[in-house]
Amino acid sequence: MATDAGMTASVSRDPMTEQAELRINMGPQHPATHGVFRMVLTLDGERIVDVTPHIGYLHRGSERLAEGENFQQITTLFDRLDYVANFNNEWVYVRAVEKAMGVEVPPRAEHIRLILSELNRIASHLLFYGTYGLDIGAMNPVMIGFRDRERIQHIFEGVTGARMMHNYFRIGGVKEDLPDGFTPAVRALLDQLRSGYEEARATLTESEIFIERTAGVGAIPPDDLLDYGVTGPVLRAAGIDYDVRKADPYSIYEELDFRAPTGQHGDCYDRYMVRMLEIEQSIAIVDQALTRLPDGPVMGRVPRIIRPPQGDVYVHGENPRGDLGVYLVSSGGTVTPYRLKIRGPSFCNLMALADMVRGMYLADATVILGSLDIILGEVDR
Amino acid sequence: MTLLDLITIAVIVFVLFNGVLTVVLGVIWAERKALARLQQRVGPSRTGPSGILQTAADAVKLMLKEDVRPGSVNRLIFYLAPLLIFTPIFMLWMVLPFSSGLILSDLDIGLFYVVAILGLSVVGHVLAGWASNNKYALLGSARNAAQLISYELPLVFAVLAVGLLAQTATDRPFSLAGIVEAQGGVPYLLIMPLGFALFLVGALAETARIPFDIPHAEEEIVGGAFVEYSGIRWGVFFLTEYAGLATMAFLAAILFLGGWNGPFSDQFPPLQPLYLILKISAIILLVFWIRAPLPRLRIDQLMAFAWKLAIPASLVNLVVVATVVYAQQRNDWELWLAGGIISVVSIALAVVTGFIIQRRREQRLNQFRQRWAQ
Repeated sequence: MATDAGMTASVSRDPMTEQAELRINMGPQHPATHGVFRMVLTLDGERIVDVTPHIGYLHRGSERLAEGENFQQITTLFDRLDYVANFNNEWVYVRAVEKAMGVEVPPRAEHIRLILSELNRIASHLLFYGTYGLDIGAMNPVMIGFRDRERIQHIFEGVTGARMMHNYFRIGGVKEDLPDGFTPAVRALLDQLRSGYEEARATLTESEIFIERTAGVGAIPPDDLLDYGVTGPVLRAAGIDYDVRKADPYSIYEELDFRAPTGQHGDCYDRYMVRMLEIEQSIAIVDQALTRLPDGPVMGRVPRIIRPPQGDVYVHGENPRGDLGVYLVSSGGTVTPYRLKIRGPSFCNLMALADMVRGMYLADATVILGSLDIILGEVDR
Repeated sequence: MTLLDLITIAVIVFVLFNGVLTVVLGVIWAERKALARLQQRVGPSRTGPSGILQTAADAVKLMLKEDVRPGSVNRLIFYLAPLLIFTPIFMLWMVLPFSSGLILSDLDIGLFYVVAILGLSVVGHVLAGWASNNKYALLGSARNAAQLISYELPLVFAVLAVGLLAQTATDRPFSLAGIVEAQGGVPYLLIMPLGFALFLVGALAETARIPFDIPHAEEEIVGGAFVEYSGIRWGVFFLTEYAGLATMAFLAAILFLGGWNGPFSDQFPPLQPLYLILKISAIILLVFWIRAPLPRLRIDQLMAFAWKLAIPASLVNLVVVATVVYAQQRNDWELWLAGGIISVVSIALAVVTGFIIQRRREQRLNQFRQRWAQ
């Protein structure tokens, strides 16, 4: 009897019936966090009440390291920021130094850079396609995405000797001219990419379960996106037409015929679709650039020792993930920068995560994180 | 019970145990090969011809691995849970008939036995998730319990309809062997396609296969209830999952595909297990095929599908079958009329519901096609 009474008294504090929020630690070692990212989720059943993102597990101090490196050496640091879009990173940096020094880049080098960067954009979006399928539980997309990405990597290897971390763009041009047979190889690649794109569309874009999982998930008001500084496909999916290639054109983008696709709803499905349509657009851009690829030198007239004059420049470009900016301060007469500030698109896009995830299901958290398509190398730098 | 009986039992258990293990190794290998072919890969190819020994090698590796037990688990339940998941599957294989002569135990209520034992495995999952003292494991086991409760109903209703239907042709309608014999002419797949579809969906959900693998969901809760298990204990979970798949395919073949019936199977009984294996393999390959391209559902969508569609549809199926069978047995024109009216109404209801669902689905798909038509 004594035990019975004791049990009755403790019913209200019985841990089996007491309702409580569950705090769950997702990451840094978790298959769906795309690297070493950590979210502390507060759950009410399957609903997410709150989320606290923790970053910094991959911090290498790139900005500080850059202050101790020669201007030519810093390209390697940029390779390692967004490590699936190396050319795009290198390009923004070398453009910053070229602007500071007033170097003229020969047209052939400009075309080579553009072709490689757009191919890299396709490769990056294909990686997104594959891993996004995995985030939602489908296995086929990753095979399709990686197969086509591998073909692009093969071209990169032929040009630069490396599959990633190319270190191929130089201040004033590119390291060396393209290998023989580059143009036909890329044309064949584009045909393969087009057929692969159709395959990808049939696998995921028109899959009913995929639509149900992504439509209406993770949308927040466009004004909030702007306040957070979100850029790239995530912003364009919400209907805001901001693409650095259009808004602040650089290189030869103004002379090419392409468009920056935008969505309407800003949900995960629109983000996915914007990236898929960008693959189409990038294929068209590469096609045009190949047609008009001029002959000539691939390096401009650059002094042997790079010493930009005193002053600061800000240069930005459209990366696969958004607006990558480089703010370069030179004290004049030194071979290293005084300060190098990087504005990373993944970092800024990630800031909006908490707003998007709150109130959603646990399963939506990975879908939303996947739709932001972050690369931790660039978030943590 | 004499010593001979004990020895017989021991031999039977030994043979059955190893038989199931061999089947599971085969199923795992088949899945890896089939998935690889569907994804333009080769799959295992180094261990033995076509990599057929790869799964055996993996099992040996798992057995040699250190058995890690986190300090905070409830030791007794943690060790008990794999056994509790493992045992029901073997209990099921006791009553599964391999041919008209090769049946270990032909229960008169085999169908009810199967349904009852199927529900048992969730106990092991819940215990494993709770004993692990891990939040991911807890979430996984809670999801597993919710999913099993929801999908048990359409599954059981579909199975019940099979029992009812078998009454027309056999006097042992709830024995698995009786059901197979009742399907001598036409397999029930052709008579009740809706029942087969519901059974398949329920089986997918119960074995937690894609698109219903929410209890495991590696990308969300990193494997669910077995997060904390390692070595051969984890191997037992893995093995049980595939044994469950094989069992479900076995049941589908028996209940809906006519079991061991096939051309000349009566005149030449050794053909019977062959037909059965062919039918089981077909179902298993169908499940692999479903797995390759499909994403995973979310838990609320899964529940909505079960309660809004699968359970009402299974009830309609059951009512139609029951009415027709009742009318056929009484052979009374009033009952035929009543049965006819109910059947027509039920079928009409099912068709209208299906039509509405299909139209909504089309509208939604079109909406998304138009969103990006520009």
